Amino acid sequence: MVHRLRRFAADHWVLAIALIVLLYLFVPIGVVAAMSFREARNNAPYTLDNFKFTLDNWKHPFGVPGIQEAFLLSVTIALVATVGATILGTLMSFALARHSFRGRGATNTLIFLPMATPEIVMGSSLLALFVASGVPLGFWTVVIAHIMFCLSFVVVTVKARLAGLDPRLREAAMDLYADERQTFMRVTLPLVMPGIVAAALLSFSLSFDDFIVTNFNSGTSVTFPMFVWGASQRGIPAQINVIGTAMFLVSFLIVLIGQLPRLRRRAR
Amino acid sequence: MSALGHVAAGGGSAAQVKLEKPRKKWLPYLLLLPGGLWLIIFFAVPSVQLFATSLYDPNGSLEEGYAMTWQFGNYPDAVSAYLPQFGRSIGYAALTTLFSLLLGYPLAYAIALKSGRWKNILLICVIAPFFTTFLIRTLAWKVILSDNGTVVSVLNALHVPLPDGRLLATTPAVIAGLVYNFLPFMVLPLYASLEKLDPRLIEAAGDLYARPVARFTRVVLPLSMPGVVAGTLLTFIPAAGDYINAELLGTSRQYMIGNVIQSKFLKVGDYPAAAALSFTLMAAILVLVFVYVRRAGTDEVL
Amino acid sequence: MIEQQHGASGADLRLDGVTKRFGAFTAVDDLTLTVPRGSFFALLGASGCGKTTTLRMIAGLEEPTAGRVLLGDRDVTPLRPYKRPVNTVFQSYALFPHLTVADNVAFGLRRRGVKKYADQVEQMLHLVEMDGFGKRKPSQLSGGQQQRVALARALINQPQVLLLDEPLGALDLKLRRQMQVELKRIQTEVGITFVHVTHDQEEAMTMADTVAVMNAGRIEQLGAPVEMYDFPGTAFVANFLGQSNLFAGDVRGRSGADLLVEAYGGRYTVPAARARATGGTVWLGVRPEKMHLTTQAVPDGHQSVTGIITDSSYTGVSTQYLVRAPWGDELTVFVPNSGVAAPLAVASEVTAYWRPEHAFLLPRPAGETHAPVAAREEVTA
Repeated sequence: MVHRLRRFAADHWVLAIALIVLLYLFVPIGVVAAMSFREARNNAPYTLDNFKFTLDNWKHPFGVPGIQEAFLLSVTIALVATVGATILGTLMSFALARHSFRGRGATNTLIFLPMATPEIVMGSSLLALFVASGVPLGFWTVVIAHIMFCLSFVVVTVKARLAGLDPRLREAAMDLYADERQTFMRVTLPLVMPGIVAAALLSFSLSFDDFIVTNFNSGTSVTFPMFVWGASQRGIPAQINVIGTAMFLVSFLIVLIGQLPRLRRRAR
Repeated sequence: MSALGHVAAGGGSAAQVKLEKPRKKWLPYLLLLPGGLWLIIFFAVPSVQLFATSLYDPNGSLEEGYAMTWQFGNYPDAVSAYLPQFGRSIGYAALTTLFSLLLGYPLAYAIALKSGRWKNILLICVIAPFFTTFLIRTLAWKVILSDNGTVVSVLNALHVPLPDGRLLATTPAVIAGLVYNFLPFMVLPLYASLEKLDPRLIEAAGDLYARPVARFTRVVLPLSMPGVVAGTLLTFIPAAGDYINAELLGTSRQYMIGNVIQSKFLKVGDYPAAAALSFTLMAAILVLVFVYVRRAGTDEVL
Repeated sequence: MIEQQHGASGADLRLDGVTKRFGAFTAVDDLTLTVPRGSFFALLGASGCGKTTTLRMIAGLEEPTAGRVLLGDRDVTPLRPYKRPVNTVFQSYALFPHLTVADNVAFGLRRRGVKKYADQVEQMLHLVEMDGFGKRKPSQLSGGQQQRVALARALINQPQVLLLDEPLGALDLKLRRQMQVELKRIQTEVGITFVHVTHDQEEAMTMADTVAVMNAGRIEQLGAPVEMYDFPGTAFVANFLGQSNLFAGDVRGRSGADLLVEAYGGRYTVPAARARATGGTVWLGVRPEKMHLTTQAVPDGHQSVTGIITDSSYTGVSTQYLVRAPWGDELTVFVPNSGVAAPLAVASEVTAYWRPEHAFLLPRPAGETHAPVAAREEVTA
C-alpha cells in the first residue's frame, strides 16, 4: 500500500506542480472577475476589502464616460491590423516556404528582428519616424505599428503550417487535373487555413492588448488598454473588470468551440 | 531519390525542355514585396532613424528641432546616468526568465506528456489569461499583493520577514508580475518541442538503466533544447523592455530602463537621450541573444 | 463497363531517350522503352536506381533533361501534369486530408468539369470494395483502405496510363499479398495500362506481364517474369530477381549443342541455347532450388560440386542450406521439406548436383571474380 502510494506520487508529482502553476495563472483572473461584482463608487481604492456584491456593473458595462469609445476603438484597430498583418504575412510565408530566391536569409532576419526587439524600442523609434516626417499621430499610426509587430508572428505561424504540408498533396492535385489556381484554391488554401486562422487570432489578441507601442503612437486617441492605464492613475472603475472578464469568457468560449470537433473525434 | 527530386525541383533549372509556362522567377519577390516594404519602412528605417536621433545635439528640443551633431557622447552620458535602471532591466529579466523556466517546464511537460485527453483544455487554460487585458491582470496583482491582502497576511502569520511588512512596491512584487505576464511565452514553445518528443525514448532510457534524474537530464532536456531557447528568448526580451510592472507594482526604486525611456520620450521630451537608451537596450539584447543562441547551439529559434 | 471502352482506346506508352540529371548526378540515363497498351508493366530496382524519377517524368511531375515521353504518337513531354491523360497512385497515397473519401475520388472528374459524378464515384468505390465509406475522412481509414481509395481516385479518370509508385509499400505482408491479387484483378477488369514501380521482386513477378529491372538509371533487362527468372540476362538480374549461385569460369570449347566451361578446376557443360555469352570469361549460374543435395552417388546426367554444410535454416516449406565449395564460396541450396530425405547435419560433407539444362551462362567482365550483390534491404525514400 505504501509502495503503491509512493509510486503514485512519483508518477504524478509533475502533474501536481503543473496544476499549481495553472492556479497561479488563474488567480488574478479570479480577482478580476470578483472585482467586477464589487459595489464601489468610481474612485474607491482598488481592493477586495469591504466587498459588497452587486450586478450593477454588469448591467452597465459601458457606464463610465470614455470606456465605450476606447473599447470600440481597440476592436476597430485590432480588426484592421489583423486583416492587414494576416494578408501581408501569409504572402510572405508562401514566398519563404515555397520558393528559393536570392535574399532569403536577409528576409528571415528582417522578420526575426521585430520579435527580438523590445516593444518600447519599436514604439519609440516609430514615434521618432512619425515626428520627423510630420505624420499626425492617431488611428492610422497605431494601425501601422500594430501591423508591423503582428506581421512577424503571422509569418512564423503560417510558415510552420506550410512546412508541415506533404508536397505530394499538391502533386496529387496536379495529377488529378487541377491547374495551379485550382490546386491552390482546392488543396493548399484549405489545408493552410487553420494556420492562417491561428495567425489571425494571435494578431487580434496582440493588437487588442497592446499598450506600450500604442502609447507612443496614438496621439490623442485612447484605446482600451490606454483607458485602463489612465484609470489606474486616477481610480479604477469596476466596469473595466466587467469588460476584462467578458473578454476572457468570450475568447475562452470561442477557442473551446473551435476545439470541439477535435475533442469529439478523439472521444470516438 | 525522391528527396533529391524535391531539391532539384526547388532549384528549378528548366534547361533543354521547355514547359508550357516558364517558371515565374519574380513570383517570390512579388509575394514578399508588400510585407517586406512594410517591415523596411516601419521597422528598419525607424531603427536607423532612432540611431540618428541618438546622435542629435541634446540641447535641442521637440519644438525647435534637433541638430545632427554626431554626439556620440550621448551614449556614455545616458548609460552612466541610468546604469542602475539598466542593471535592473537585465537582472529582473534574467530572474523572470529563470522563474518562468522553473514554473513553465513542469507545466509544459505535464501538458505534453501526462495530460492525455485533457491536453487541449489545459493548453487553452495556458493561453486564456492572454485574453484579459495585460494591464487589468497586472492591476489584479496589485489587489493580491496589497498590504492587507491574503498573501501578506499569510506571510506575516508564517513570520516571513518582509521589507516594511509589505509586498506591494517591492522587487519581489515586480518580478512576480513579470513572471506572471510572460509565463505563457515560456510554456508554449516548451510545449511545442516536448510534444514532438517520442515517449518511447524515455522508456528506452529507462530500459537502459537511466534513473529518473538521468532520464530527464540525458534525454528529455537535450531534446527540448530548441523549446528552452525559444521560450527563454520570448520571455527575456519583452521582460527587459517592460515598464508596466515596475510602474504598477513597484516604486521608483524598482524602475527599469523602460520607465526611463518612456518618461524621456513622452514626458520630458529629451529625444536624443531616450533614443540613445533605446538603442543601447536593443543592442544589448541582440548581443545577448546571439551569444546565447550560439552557445545553446541551436538555430531552430524560429 | 465504361472502363473497358477506355482501355481499348488507350495507346502505347513510349519513352524515347529519356534522361534526367540532378546536377552532376544522372538519375535516369538515356532510357528508351515501350509499354504496350493494356499491359501490366513493373519497374523493379533498388532505391536510387531511377525508377521513381522515371515514373515522375511520365506523370509530368519532373521534366526530363533530354528525351521525349509519348502516348501513342502524341508527344506529351511539354504537358503539365494536369494536361496529361495519366494518373498516379502515390507512395503513401497523398489523400487530401480535408476532403471526404467521396470528394477525394471525385476530385479529378470535378476539375475537368464533369457535373454528374456521384454514380461514377459509387461504382468506383464498389470496384475497390469500399462501398459505404464515401462520407469518411481519410484519417478514419486503415492503410489498406486508404490504398483502395487512392486507387479509386486515380482510376475514375480512366487514364490511358495508371502509374503506381510503391503503392503497397506501407502495408503489412499479408495485406500486401492480398492487394497484389486485387490489383491484378482490377487491372484485368479495367484494361488500363499499369506502370508499377517497386523494389519488391516478388511483387513485380506476381503482378506484372513485363518486368524491367533498373540499375543505376538504366534498364538491365526487360521481359516476362518467367523468362527472366529462368534465364536472366546479367549477373545483376540473376541476383536481384531471386538468388543465383554464380561460378566464375571460362568457356573452353564446344561439344555438339553444349558449351564446355571450366570453373575452379571443375569442368561443366551448359546448353548453348542457355548461354548469353559463348566464349571468354563467363558466370555459370544455377538457381538454389535447381540444386539438390546428396551424401551418396550423384545420379546420371547431373553435374556436381562437393562441399561442407556450414549452415541450415528451416523455413517451413523448405530448408535453406549453405554449402562451402572447395574454392571458398558458399552455395545456397533450397531443399523442399517433402519428407523424402532426412535433414542433413551442419559440418557434414555433401554433394550439390544439378542438371546441365538448368544452368545458364552470363557474360563476366574479365577480372571480376565476385558476383555483384544487389542491395536488397532498402529504405524506401
